[in-house]
Amino acid sequence: MLQTLSLFAPELWLAVSASLLLGFGYWGGKDRSDFARYYAIIILVVFALMSYLMGSPQGFAFNEALIVDRFSQFAKLMIGLVAAAALLFSKSYFKTERLERYEYSVLTLYSVLGMSIMVSSNNLLSLYIGVEMQSLALYVMAAFNRDSLRASEAGLKYFVLGALSSGLLLYGASLIYGFTGSLDYAVIAGAINESGATPGIVAGMVFLLCGLAFKISAAPFHMWTPDVYEGSPTPVTGFFASAPKFAAMVLIARVLVGPFEGIVDSWQQVIIVIAVLSMTVGALGALQQTNIKRLMAYSSIANMGYALVPLAAGTVAGVQGMLIFMSIYVITTIGVFSLILQMRIRDGMVEQISDLGGLSKSNRGMAILMSLFMFSLMGIPPLLGFFGKLFAFLPAADAGLMPLVIIALIASVIGAFYYLRVIKTMWFDEEKQDFVEAPGNLRFLGLVSGLLLLPVLLLPGISTGAQSLIALAAQSLF
Amino acid sequence: MFDDMPILSFITFTPLVVGVLLLLMSRISKEEAQAQLEKNSVWVALLVSCFVFFLSLLLVLNFDASSADFQFEEDVAWLGGGIEYRLGVDGISILFILLTAFLTPLCIFASQTSIKERLLEYMAAFLILESLVIGVFCALDLVLFYLFFEAVLIPMFIIIGVWGGKNRVYASYKFFLYTLLGSVLMLAAIIYLYNLSGQQFGAPTTDMRVLIKDLDVPLGVQGWLWLAFFASFAVKMPMWPVHTWLPDAHVQAPTAGSVILAGILLKLGGYGFLRFSLTLFPNASLDFAPLIYWMSVIAIIYTSLVAYRQTDMKKLIAYSSVAHMGFVTLGIFAFNTQGIQGGLFQMLSHGVISGALFFLVGVIYDRMHTREIAFYGGLVSKMPVYAAFFLLFTMANVGLPGTSGFVGEILTMVGAYQVSPWLAFGAAFGMILSAVYALYLYREVVFGETVNEKLENIADMTKREWAILTPLAVMTIVLGVYPSLITDITAVSVENLIADFNAATTVAEVK
Repeated sequence: MLQTLSLFAPELWLAVSASLLLGFGYWGGKDRSDFARYYAIIILVVFALMSYLMGSPQGFAFNEALIVDRFSQFAKLMIGLVAAAALLFSKSYFKTERLERYEYSVLTLYSVLGMSIMVSSNNLLSLYIGVEMQSLALYVMAAFNRDSLRASEAGLKYFVLGALSSGLLLYGASLIYGFTGSLDYAVIAGAINESGATPGIVAGMVFLLCGLAFKISAAPFHMWTPDVYEGSPTPVTGFFASAPKFAAMVLIARVLVGPFEGIVDSWQQVIIVIAVLSMTVGALGALQQTNIKRLMAYSSIANMGYALVPLAAGTVAGVQGMLIFMSIYVITTIGVFSLILQMRIRDGMVEQISDLGGLSKSNRGMAILMSLFMFSLMGIPPLLGFFGKLFAFLPAADAGLMPLVIIALIASVIGAFYYLRVIKTMWFDEEKQDFVEAPGNLRFLGLVSGLLLLPVLLLPGISTGAQSLIALAAQSLF
Repeated sequence: MFDDMPILSFITFTPLVVGVLLLLMSRISKEEAQAQLEKNSVWVALLVSCFVFFLSLLLVLNFDASSADFQFEEDVAWLGGGIEYRLGVDGISILFILLTAFLTPLCIFASQTSIKERLLEYMAAFLILESLVIGVFCALDLVLFYLFFEAVLIPMFIIIGVWGGKNRVYASYKFFLYTLLGSVLMLAAIIYLYNLSGQQFGAPTTDMRVLIKDLDVPLGVQGWLWLAFFASFAVKMPMWPVHTWLPDAHVQAPTAGSVILAGILLKLGGYGFLRFSLTLFPNASLDFAPLIYWMSVIAIIYTSLVAYRQTDMKKLIAYSSVAHMGFVTLGIFAFNTQGIQGGLFQMLSHGVISGALFFLVGVIYDRMHTREIAFYGGLVSKMPVYAAFFLLFTMANVGLPGTSGFVGEILTMVGAYQVSPWLAFGAAFGMILSAVYALYLYREVVFGETVNEKLENIADMTKREWAILTPLAVMTIVLGVYPSLITDITAVSVENLIADFNAATTVAEVK
């Protein structure tokens, strides 16, 4: 029992602190939301570092319902830090929009708890509990601005479609349970190795994947994404686009190479179809967008497609490539959203791409940062986005998926067009308006993630260090 | 002299570092100091680019032309997994570095007066561009090469889009997306080669020296990989029929942008053919050579005819560039010493000549703000010195003996003749056509009556323009009279390239 608790310590810390924070928020005095936010950020950073720096033990907890290995530890590290960043950049927005409520920080903590359970799930029940826990918190966050029609609509849409996906997930899980007789990944893997790809198992696997594809907003389960991204308050959108995506992607990797390792051929095809569809929908759908949040929605659909490419290889290098790609992607996303949050004129927030017109004259630093992010998302070297794609595509090509790699590369050229439009607006168009001076925390976050994308990080000491960290994580999965 | 120094890294990254520092300075400095900083930025940029030119001159002087090996090599751990930081130059690449370092200070000097806004950013963009282009020619690692090759798009996109003419947005998009589409196919091929080397050597690598020497690319795959590299280089070159981005980009780019585009960026494609297509996929190169011959001859004749019908001076010169690049591909894919030497020579001399022609257009554009051929006429009586310079470079563009243009064209034609006399005939026909459009341009602009009264007060060349065009004119004549200056340096590397090529292709035939 003690061992279980020590394995579970990060989650326990998160759960207890979140509940304390809730109580404090309810009974505390006025102006507690700011305090709650800072406290929550500290909780998240501690949570992220807990599993990593303190060298916590590895193994199974709760009768093998949860697994703690390097893979889940790395995922928790990233999720914790990204969620902390997302909390940090929500500060000024909620203040100026008069939405300041301490519940936001608590909800973030609970959703991170859900993600943490997701990434360390070791049977289908803990998987479902994790997914539902993070989703419920996210539904509320989407509709956090409850007086706004757009936000309520976004929350409702997200909830209805999310419930549908949970249904798919559960149905898939019950099929798998029916055909293998167990919910444990290890037992399922054993049963599948014995029986091979029977129709029942394949059907269950496909339903399970559909439910998870909804969570990473991969096509054809992407319909909710643009509306929810646009309708939700901007910091919430930034959070949606980063940490939950990372968690769900990690979960997909765990499910695919865990219980379904024996039927690689079957799930490989499903992943390829989802990846190709996502890349296409993401690239083509974004061409006509004028709202930068919608643009980022399609961009995240396309990027999930790229992240699935290495996963389709089903190898250690593939999982490693996916982790590298996703890490770079979430860093970029945090940066982009901290810049979108700076798009404020005296009358309020603006979110049209044309509002960025002539930014290179009025605010050159912000324009350079935004260009860096866009070029990085495009995958133009020497920015890190290029290396994300390179390391994502190398293992896929090695596994004989060259056509998929070529499709991904062509899609990224089409995608380049809409990222270029943002850059064009900032550099070539006439000056439109001045944004009000951005608060320090936003500029800090933008700068930090911008610096993280610079090729300086490719110096041997840093790049090999980071890679070996990720390589260890990927290896522990197999 | 440079034994223990990472001289190539130094040449490559100095402009980049200074460019980024300039941008940072402008962020930090106060409002009042901005104007002064802008003014100083030109001198800083000029100083740095001259320094780089000086260093690359030293590099060429220290270069051992009697060896075909890569020299001044640098190997440093980088990304791991066989992808490392590798630099080095041989006889083929070293002169391109010199050309880049030679043209950049001239461009910067020329832009000082003609660029009116955002001078500092312009200078920074040019310095960064210089770095990246030099990097392309230094890189000995496929991924590193791709990094520089592709990164060139960023500053060029900004230069065309911010400081370009009326239709700049369209032109910058076209430039970016065209070249990106070509490049990603090359990336796919690089990814394939990486994995192939892993299968053959046990551990994957992107070291070009190893790949060129030891990698055995299966004959069936060679064609596809060759096509993927070809897609990238043909667009950069540009070859007919994927040349359509070039006139648009040229017309809209500022003068110095056009000079860099024609003088250096077009050479990336030809360099790529020599460095990769011929060495990595010799058999596919041989198989696809007829295709190249056709495309080159069509490019030479067709674009010459198109050039003749242009009403915009820059567009005319842009189409003439496409035609001249046709000679380059013709020479390279003749697979003999004269052809490849000629292709190399043609690239270097075209860098100088077309650069000069774009400067010349810039001279009158700065005065009259139009590039319409019909607007001008009779400049010879108003600007005699200008007319003399223009004549020299027009003749060099046509390929008059005594200018560098002649050497390149005659060598490529000799090379092509050995493959097929008809090829040489097509190329020679193109030379006649080049005389047609070049002399047409000269007659319309410089000779004739001064019909346009706005031209009454046009001033002759300033000292600055003298200073820019004189080195180019000297280079054109010196190289035309004494071509061994270049061919001596390239000879051994080219011989080595051809020997390897012949060995690889005969082995394949025996099999």
